[in-house]
Amino acid sequence: MPAPWIFLIVLALAAAGYLAGRLRALAVVGGDIRRLHSLPGYYGWQAAMLAALPALLVMGLWLLIQPVVVESRVEGMIPEAAQGASLSLVMTDVRRVAEGLDLAVSTGVMSAAEATGLSADGTIRATLGKLGVALGSGVTPEVLAAAKALRTAEATGRGAMAAVVLVLALAGVAYALWRIRAEYRARNVVEAGVRGLLLLASTIAILTTAGIVLSMLFETRHFFAQYPWWKFFFGATWSPNFRGGSDLGILPLLWGTLYISFIALVVSVPIGLFAAVYMSEYAGRKFRMVAKPAIEILAGIPTIVYGLFALITVGPLLRDYFAQPLGLGASGSSVMTAGLVMGVMLIPFVSSLSDDIINAVPQSLRDGSLGLGATRSETIRQVVLPAALPGIVGAVLLAASRAIGETMIVVLGAGAAAKLDLNPFEAMTTVTVKIVSQLTGDTDFAAPETLVAFALGLTLFVLTLGLNVLALWIVRRYREQYE
Amino acid sequence: MTDVIAERPAKPSLLTLDARTRRRNAAEARFRAYGLAAVMAGIVALVVLLASVLGNGLGAFTQTRVTLQVELPAAKLDKSGTRDIEVMKKATTLTYGPLITAALSAAIKDRGIVVEGLSKKDLSGFLSKESAAQLRDRVLADPRLVGAAVTQSFLVNGRIDGYEKGRVTMQSAEKDSNVSPAQLHLADALETAGILHTGFNRDFVTAPDASDQRPEAAGLGVAILGSAYMMLIVLILSLPIGVATAIYLEEFAPQNRWTDLIEVNISNLAAVPSIVFGILGLAIFINFAGLPQSAPIVGGLVLTLMTLPTIIIATRAALKAVPPSIRDAALGIGASKIQAIFHHVLPLAMPGIMTGAIIGLAQALGETAPLLLIGMVAFVRDYPGAPPEGFFDPSSALPVQVFNWTQRADPAFVERASGAIIVLLVFLVIMNTAAILIRRRFERRW
Repeated sequence: MPAPWIFLIVLALAAAGYLAGRLRALAVVGGDIRRLHSLPGYYGWQAAMLAALPALLVMGLWLLIQPVVVESRVEGMIPEAAQGASLSLVMTDVRRVAEGLDLAVSTGVMSAAEATGLSADGTIRATLGKLGVALGSGVTPEVLAAAKALRTAEATGRGAMAAVVLVLALAGVAYALWRIRAEYRARNVVEAGVRGLLLLASTIAILTTAGIVLSMLFETRHFFAQYPWWKFFFGATWSPNFRGGSDLGILPLLWGTLYISFIALVVSVPIGLFAAVYMSEYAGRKFRMVAKPAIEILAGIPTIVYGLFALITVGPLLRDYFAQPLGLGASGSSVMTAGLVMGVMLIPFVSSLSDDIINAVPQSLRDGSLGLGATRSETIRQVVLPAALPGIVGAVLLAASRAIGETMIVVLGAGAAAKLDLNPFEAMTTVTVKIVSQLTGDTDFAAPETLVAFALGLTLFVLTLGLNVLALWIVRRYREQYE
Repeated sequence: MTDVIAERPAKPSLLTLDARTRRRNAAEARFRAYGLAAVMAGIVALVVLLASVLGNGLGAFTQTRVTLQVELPAAKLDKSGTRDIEVMKKATTLTYGPLITAALSAAIKDRGIVVEGLSKKDLSGFLSKESAAQLRDRVLADPRLVGAAVTQSFLVNGRIDGYEKGRVTMQSAEKDSNVSPAQLHLADALETAGILHTGFNRDFVTAPDASDQRPEAAGLGVAILGSAYMMLIVLILSLPIGVATAIYLEEFAPQNRWTDLIEVNISNLAAVPSIVFGILGLAIFINFAGLPQSAPIVGGLVLTLMTLPTIIIATRAALKAVPPSIRDAALGIGASKIQAIFHHVLPLAMPGIMTGAIIGLAQALGETAPLLLIGMVAFVRDYPGAPPEGFFDPSSALPVQVFNWTQRADPAFVERASGAIIVLLVFLVIMNTAAILIRRRFERRW
């Protein structure tokens, strides 16, 4: 029985449990609701929860664990001779054959009995080939036997899961119904259950972070087992080569990342800051109502749009009017292209953060300065901005972290050549570009050239996390100062 | 003190400014101008960005077609004469191609059009490579057409379409090996004859992607469907989980280490680069859990994790905005804490939650980088099936389709990519407008 059906049946049982629980509660007191501890609905809810929650929990765990158990058992069946480096390849074949047999049975090419009684002659490959299941090599008897074992084990597992889950759901309903008495505190039970669910939901955030860190740490360890870490962190050349013997030094990538981020900040910080100052200190209500949303639209535009803008408009423009006349390069994708466009992307980010921070400066400081005869610009420059400085530094750090982690603009605008160069009209590349290029297309998760992407990802994560934590700490401390 | 006042030089007049005041006022004016310039720079950037996308992309919504009458000889298309589909499928597009070319040259002869230097290759290359497949699909869908003549409008080659839209000129055609000036003259002549026309291109939003050689046939159908599936998954998963988390943190969480940990986590997740979520999806959902590559389910799960912080933060703000008097009143007449929240606070916070959810979805819709890593860049021509099985079929997504098209060699794909962005932006505008309308309509101030 497929998992979605079991899921639906459990839900149906829960619904039935709700009705039965409600009716039984009413029956226990002879229809006199006043004698019940809780409203009748709660007796129904507790039956529904006892039916669904344990059953679905077991089902989820089963679905996660079963493949691992089955595979390790089947792997044991493969003879020593075929094992070693190619074990994973053999297992892929086994899985393919098993899937092919499933497909053959479900489309009616083979009967179930035929599929289990199959012998390893040359016909399997042809039969499965017709169904669109391509097998790399011929099917050896061991592989076929393993595939059959895989199928039986999976079928048994699925059957057992269906039985266990349904029995659990039924038992839950029965137990819930048996417990119902007039003085039974159904509401308290249900509410404790709801609180448990809410707590469970809130742990997902932690699980996500743990998943990110663990998955990257795990693969990074694999990478450093094959490639020395000092060559990764201090290597000045990046030339991956899928035939082996690659140089995977992060320095050129970090240089490109930081150079582009620097240009982006040079563009976005003054514009964003001045825009925020003008909006909060000078602009009239009408102007603000038009200009503020217009700038915030920039923040809502997906980065792929900025990427395309860099590729088809800004890049050629810079090449034809600046780089080529000045003899600085002939490439449309360059540090300048990516940096300028990224700067535009960051303007609303800097301006809205600075806006919040400038507004948090107490009005009394401004009034004091204006009262002493300072002009508005003098007040802003000598009173408001110094008071807001820590917050603005936090905002700039947050923008920097955005710039470092940005992907689509640099993929389309910065180029792919890893270089340590000062010329801003040269194409350079960044950490994120290389993560994309090493992980798309055909990837082999045993080669250092693929695994390096995880090490790059971890570096990026640590870098941005550090900046964020620092920025949030600064901003929080600054806020407390004026509260 | 009196001495000091006595020593001060007499001030000429309050109405004429001294040099220092003039300098200070000038500095004030300059500062103000800088601010205005910064705001204008932002607005100009927005306008240039949108103008660039619109200017490049609007062409994708029109397409040049030629209407021809094609003979469908039974001798070539159905040798058995039985009109059996299986037999007729043996006639490939190579059989249909010459029929269309013949129809085109017949049309030229009928109209008395003479174009100098028009070679045979020019003639067969005039129409899209997709047109033979178009005709074959039509015949296979309705075998009775064989033996008669049908009228159909065919896509023209991408370069000639580009000429009609002004992207290709006579000068550029002379240097281009893919198109000749003779073909462009022919296009002019056919247009005057009234068989060649440029009209609205519905296929751009419904058709699947097409290969590198035929940009004129490429469409967004699969990508839009894939994006819709992912948004459905994101909505189903992130809304309940996000709201539950927010309720827990806002209403129940005790002040302890665990709660702090969750809070710090959520604020950090909101700032993690999106590509890191792609690595997570690749490592956990594909390599570890064995979900299929390039499937909407994986994309949906990754985007759910990215959207959760947005929804949690929005929901907490909405819950905070409900005045405590509502809670107190409910508790005062005997409701439990959970009843007070679910029956009274949550319904009042609903507009804020919906606004946050829509904004979160809009962000997820435009997200590209994580989808690249989970294999969504693959070339997919088949529409994914109906949900829930369709969630596991390979599919594309709108922003990834844009990226895909930018990686192709033919300049006609730039127009397609910009057109796809227009479609994406239209969806975003609709979603954000809905969010603003909900906020305006239902927002309550206490």
